[in-house]
Amino acid sequence: MQWFLANSGQVFSLAGQHLILAILPMIFGLLISIPLAQLARQNRTLRTVVLTASSLLYTIPSLALFIILPTVLGTRILDPVNVVVALTIYAVALLVRAALDAFDSVDEDLQQAAVAMGFKPLARFLQIDLPLSLPVLFAGLRVVSVSNISLVSVAALLGIGNLGMLFTSGLQRDFVTEVVVGIIAILVLALLMDALLVLLERLLTPWTRAGAAKTGKSGEPAAARRLSESSAGASA
Amino acid sequence: MSNVITDTFAWLAEPDHWSGSTGIPMRVAEHLQYTGLVMLIAAAIAVPIGLYVGHTGRGRVAVVAVAGALRALPTLGLLTLFVLLAGIGLMPPVWALVILTVPPLLAGTYAGISSVDRNVVDAARAMGMTELQVLFRAEFPNALPVMYGGFRTGVLQVIATVSVVAYINLGGLGRYLFDGLVLSDFPQMLGGSLLIAGLAIAVDLVLVLIQRLILSRGAASKPDRSQQAAVDLTDPATAETVVQGGTS
Repeated sequence: MQWFLANSGQVFSLAGQHLILAILPMIFGLLISIPLAQLARQNRTLRTVVLTASSLLYTIPSLALFIILPTVLGTRILDPVNVVVALTIYAVALLVRAALDAFDSVDEDLQQAAVAMGFKPLARFLQIDLPLSLPVLFAGLRVVSVSNISLVSVAALLGIGNLGMLFTSGLQRDFVTEVVVGIIAILVLALLMDALLVLLERLLTPWTRAGAAKTGKSGEPAAARRLSESSAGASA
Repeated sequence: MSNVITDTFAWLAEPDHWSGSTGIPMRVAEHLQYTGLVMLIAAAIAVPIGLYVGHTGRGRVAVVAVAGALRALPTLGLLTLFVLLAGIGLMPPVWALVILTVPPLLAGTYAGISSVDRNVVDAARAMGMTELQVLFRAEFPNALPVMYGGFRTGVLQVIATVSVVAYINLGGLGRYLFDGLVLSDFPQMLGGSLLIAGLAIAVDLVLVLIQRLILSRGAASKPDRSQQAAVDLTDPATAETVVQGGTS
C-alpha cells in the first residue's frame, strides 16, 4: 500500500498507456469487422474464407505475433504500433464471428418489413440490423476487452510501456508488492471497462429491458455460445 | 528487411540448431511436455467439478463468478507472482498455468453437461438409470463436443502461455525469443516466433482431426430451434462467454 502511494503517479501513467493499447484495437476491430461481416454474409465461400482465416490468426500466440509483425509492417520491435495491430487482429478474429452471428440473429420478418416500408439497404442496415444485433456484438466486445487488457501486459516482456512493466521490474528486483499492485491494477481496469461496456449497451439498447428481454435476447445464447465454442485460444 | 528474413531462414536452416539440448526438437518437446503436464492437472481439477455442477446445477453462480474473475487475471502477473513466492523451478509456473487453464475446461464441461437435451436426461432417468449412469451414459457422451471445444481452447491457451515461461528460466520455444532479445539477435527471435506460431497451428489442426475421427457426428449436430428453446441455454452460454476468449 505504501509502495503504491509513493509510486501512484507512475502506476497511473502506466495504466493510461495500458488503456490506450487495449482500447484502440477494440475500436479498430469494430470498424473493420462490421463491414467485413456484412461482406461475408453476401456469399458462402467468402464467409468460409473469413471464418477460417480469423480462427487461424487467432491461434497465433501474441508474444510471437508481437515479434513477427515488425518484419511485416517495417516497424521497430519496441513500437507500440505492433501491439495495437496484433490486438486488432485478435479483436477482428473474435468480432467478425460475433458480428456474423449477430446479423444472423436479426429476425427475417423485420428485415422484410423494413424493405417493404421502403428502407434503402444502407438505411436498413443502420436503423434495423445494426441496432438489433447490438446485444450479441456487445457480448463479443466484452470478451475482447478483458482479453486485450490481459494480453497488453505480455508486451512488457519486450519493453513496451504498460502495467506489465510492474511484473518484469518486480521480478528483477524480487519485489512482490510491485507484482501484486500490477495484478490488482489490471483487474480493476478490466472490471471498469466491463462495467463501462455494460452501461453503454444498456444506453444503446433500451428496448431489451422494456420489452421483456425477449426481442433483444432471443439470438444471444446460441450466438454467444458459438462464439466461444469455435474461438480457439489465442494467448500470450 | 529482406536481410532479416534471409537471416531468419538461415537461422532456421542451420543444422546446429536442430540437435542437442538447446536444439529445436528438444525445445518443441519441452514445450509440449509443459503443455501436457498443465493440461493433465487442470483437467483433473476442472472436469470433476464441471461434471458435478453441470449435473446437479448446484454452485452454478459460484463457478461462473470464480471463472470470470480468473479470466481477468493477467498471465504474466500470475507467473511472476508464483515465481517470487515459491521460487524458481518447474512447479511454480506450472501451477500458475493450471489456474489459467481451469476456467475454459470448467466452463466447457459445465456448459456441455447442462446443455444436453432435457428430454434425453429425463428419458434416461425414466429407464431406471441411477444418477451416475445418467451422468456417464446419457449426459457425458452428448456433452463431449462442447467439452472438447473447451479442451481445445485450453490447449491453445497453454501452448501460447508456455512461451512466456521461458522468461523465468525454463525451457520451451520461448527461450529463443528471450535469448534473442538479450543478444539483440532478431533472426533468432523471429525464428522462434515462427516456430511457436507453427506449433500452435499444427496442434490445433491435430486436435480438429481428432475431433473429426473420434467424436460422434450425431452428438455434434446442433439441436433444432424448438429443442433449443426448451433447453435453457442462456446460463451455460453466458458462462462460457464469460470464461473464454483469448486470455493471457
